[in-house]
Amino acid sequence: MFSKYISKLETWLDTRYDINRVTSLIKHKKVPVHKFSLFYYLGGITLFLFIVQVITGILLLMYYKPGEESAYESVRFIVTEVSFGWLIRNVHSWSANLMVLFAFGHMFSVFFTKAYERPRELTWVTGMILLLLAMGFGFSGYLLPWNELAFFATKVGTDIASVVPFFGDTIKEVLRGGDDVTGATLSRFYGIHVAILPLFTTIFLVMHLFFVQKQGMHEPSSFKKLPEEKKRYTPFFPNFALKDALLWIIVFNILIFLALIFPWELGLKADPFAPAPPGIKPEWYFMFMFQTLKVIPAHVLFIEGEVLGVFAFGIAGLLWILVPFIKVKEKSGAKIQLMTIIGIVVIVFIVSMTIIGYLE
Amino acid sequence: MPINRRKFIDALLSLGGLGGIVAIVYPAFSFLKPPKTAEGTVNSVKAGIASDFQVNSSKIIKFGRKPVILVKIENDEFRAFSATCTHLDCIVQYRTDTKQITCACHNGIYDLKGRNVSGPPPRPLDEYSVKVVQDEIIITNQAG
Repeated sequence: MFSKYISKLETWLDTRYDINRVTSLIKHKKVPVHKFSLFYYLGGITLFLFIVQVITGILLLMYYKPGEESAYESVRFIVTEVSFGWLIRNVHSWSANLMVLFAFGHMFSVFFTKAYERPRELTWVTGMILLLLAMGFGFSGYLLPWNELAFFATKVGTDIASVVPFFGDTIKEVLRGGDDVTGATLSRFYGIHVAILPLFTTIFLVMHLFFVQKQGMHEPSSFKKLPEEKKRYTPFFPNFALKDALLWIIVFNILIFLALIFPWELGLKADPFAPAPPGIKPEWYFMFMFQTLKVIPAHVLFIEGEVLGVFAFGIAGLLWILVPFIKVKEKSGAKIQLMTIIGIVVIVFIVSMTIIGYLE
Repeated sequence: MPINRRKFIDALLSLGGLGGIVAIVYPAFSFLKPPKTAEGTVNSVKAGIASDFQVNSSKIIKFGRKPVILVKIENDEFRAFSATCTHLDCIVQYRTDTKQITCACHNGIYDLKGRNVSGPPPRPLDEYSVKVVQDEIIITNQAG
């Protein structure tokens, strides 16, 4: 009964907007089947968590009041008074963390399967920009409850910007809305979090998804080498899409489980005249950088340690974004390629620095 | 070199366009840069009664808009330093057990003369002079 109406609607739309081109694209899209097929789902899960972020974020906006005297109080009101406010906030916090986690997983899976190579260079670059935007969301959102931990994490984070030569102090001032982290910083971070970042994320997300649809799924070299008759594919619609949907439901359940069992603490209200409490930690995905800054000595030769650290991360990050454009000669006989070694070194560095950061 | 009408118009439009972009970007950027609020030039603050202050303890004082840490050391002497860590801007604290000024953010340690003795801080803490006048602690900006 419904199918009759749906096909009527389809015809109605098609005569006006030529939607058959889109539906035939979806019908013909296929996904390669191989031992790394699971990697194809990571981007989709990240997208799903982003959608959760948008929805819960809009809900939180209904009650949140930025401002030194109202931010903390409004978040406390949300978690203690508003029906299911605690749930919405916990889901928002957990989903943010899981989103960054899956984005990292997605990035490394693309890196190791070399899916960034020609012709998908810009898919990688837009993806990296989206990851940086996600980290920006995390950093700006962290301050919004105006609690002690977030206050000092923001002080440290924004102070790092002043290391940039010539413009450092201007960047810091623009970010903070003054010399110090105050209510002005909170207003700015709020604006960045709910307007600027969503705008850029939407633009780059549309580009990223468009590139993926236009070029189709990447086939790893082991799959490409197979003779045509041995290559197996699964249709995108409905097979892959349904598996995707199933995975989204599983992730959603994990998310709700985490939000229920491990609520996000609000902590104490920020006090600009109180000493930094011990155990100041940034969000876990900044931990490896935070820990590295901690272990670099105050001066290395004639350079300040923190300047050196920030520059090293800046250059490493830039090189990582430009990976598709860096030509590395592959040795055909080698068991393990140079890029794979680099990727492993990067992961070992990030993971070990993160663990050390939490153990200290 | 003769300039034809098309090239001339192109140049004029490009210049105008560039001017237009600058006219939009410059005010927008200036808007983002917060105005300098006249910082109340605080040169000294009163920080309480000296005899009420326990030996081997500390207090963070508002010096204008800046935090200053005031420590009373063993021989009843007071010392005051900027409470802002020279590393990455966190607020320092006095540790009564080690008798040092520490920053919890990155384990920066300063001695009781404000010198950076361990950890990442690149510079010593700025010192303020402390006087006790009729049992009242007065902190003064050394530069001021």
